[in-house]
Amino acid sequence: MRYGSTDVLHGIDFEIGTGEVVALLGPNGAGKTTTIEILEGFRARSAGQVSVLGSDPARGDERWRARLGVVLQSWRDHAKWRVRELLQHLGSYYARYATDEVPRPWDTAELIDLVGLTAQAGTRIGKLSGGQRRRLDVAIGIVGRPELLFLDEPTAGFDPRARREFHELVHRLADREQATVLLTTHDLAEAEKLADRVLILAGGRIIADGSPDELALRMSARAEVRWTVDGQRYVHPTGEATAFTRKLFAQYGESVVDLEVRRANLEDTYMALVQEYER
Amino acid sequence: MNGLRTARLGLARGGIELRQVLTYWPDLFQNTFLPLAQILVLFLMRGHHVPGTSFSLGSLTLPSVIGMGFAFGGVLGVVGLLSVDREDGTLLRAKATPDGMTAYVIGKITLSSVTVLMGLVITLVLGLVAFPGVRLTAPGLATLAWVAVLGLLATIPIGITLGSLIPNPRFIAVVLLPFGALTAISGIFYPITHLAGWLQGIGQLFPMYWLGLGMRAALLPPGLASVEIDGSWRLPLVFLALALWSVAGLAAAPAVLRRMARRESGSRVAARRERAMLRPT
Repeated sequence: MRYGSTDVLHGIDFEIGTGEVVALLGPNGAGKTTTIEILEGFRARSAGQVSVLGSDPARGDERWRARLGVVLQSWRDHAKWRVRELLQHLGSYYARYATDEVPRPWDTAELIDLVGLTAQAGTRIGKLSGGQRRRLDVAIGIVGRPELLFLDEPTAGFDPRARREFHELVHRLADREQATVLLTTHDLAEAEKLADRVLILAGGRIIADGSPDELALRMSARAEVRWTVDGQRYVHPTGEATAFTRKLFAQYGESVVDLEVRRANLEDTYMALVQEYER
Repeated sequence: MNGLRTARLGLARGGIELRQVLTYWPDLFQNTFLPLAQILVLFLMRGHHVPGTSFSLGSLTLPSVIGMGFAFGGVLGVVGLLSVDREDGTLLRAKATPDGMTAYVIGKITLSSVTVLMGLVITLVLGLVAFPGVRLTAPGLATLAWVAVLGLLATIPIGITLGSLIPNPRFIAVVLLPFGALTAISGIFYPITHLAGWLQGIGQLFPMYWLGLGMRAALLPPGLASVEIDGSWRLPLVFLALALWSVAGLAAAPAVLRRMARRESGSRVAARRERAMLRPT
């Protein structure tokens, strides 16, 4: 992928299986949005092969489009419409693409309930709060019961409670509907919680690909042991947490209290990988 | 079959948006204010006479203003709808929905046709009451009907084309200015025969003149054709000019619209939003 004479994506090579929830992480300008827009069929690519649900997104037809759900970063559309009205209307576009396996669209009332907007069903969309608007966006994204859902920074601007409710919704979609989900986020705790697999993009390349645990294991040198002896708190980073802890007990025995072994989490891994790449 | 279903989705879309226009007072005001203001201005002009006749200038202008309403509603109205929908992401939403773009366009055509025709009916009914010179005969009604249909066909595709070409709603002014100039040379508020020959030539290139002429032919007594070019309503030419603009517009609009829609993406909408927020208002 290229803008003018600058390549913005190179060597992006990945496959996502049915039912996987994949988080695409990376610093701003890493190419996340470009990648996702190519996959959505919203942007032409300058080189390479892409296949999404068996079709090239650049040539995807309406039937293909009906199997996708898209939640973008900043929708402000249809401000004069009411919540139920818009979901009902947009849902009706999917009716002709229903199959025996996938009934389409989602029942409007059920969907509104699912995203917690029942009290706002008759509200003009322009009057929704930021979090409510975002939940509506998600509802529109899934109204056609997509087999593949793109979520571009879905929880930006959510308060902690809305965020947790949204996470539960994504889990439900992935488990019950067997939807494949590709999401971008800057919230690493969110990626760790939601994703089966994480792709880290930096400078237009994939610099890491694996489950959050696998990635953390790669950084296992960064495990941290914390403990207290005689009221004194200690912290020690180590690559051999088990061996270190064993030695600790051998030396101090029962006087070791409040022992914590903290494995590197996704945030540590991410920071290490991105720093390594930028160096 | 599928085409029919998409058309139904588009009509449903147009219907919902129409109901919003009719039940949301700022929109309703915007759509009825112009016809009402025009009538009022024309009513104040009723004491003036068409040069060389005893016919009221207000009565002469009323049908012209109805014709102008098509140019304004069909072109500027659609330019406005399209550029706003592009800026706020409504168009991208249509693109993300199966058959969404086609239904979106059908919806906009429905909405703007109905609002333009509503303007026509309001102006016409009030005009028939307020201006004794304006009358509606059976042949006049037939003329009115085909000029109106061709008027929609000639103007809405131009609106779609221009609306796809301008980068954001601030550029509506760029379309609006030449429109004002065009109104001045299209014989709307004053007979075109009183303009310099070359201005008459330019005026006759655009549909606004022909829409005004067609509406005058439909609503005014035959004698008034004397103030027109060639002293005639030239209805065959009205038909030809509007038909040519319809064909040209219908040929250009889908391609230009497709090209514009193809380039829409989430990051473009977000970038426009960022620029709009940075811009001092």
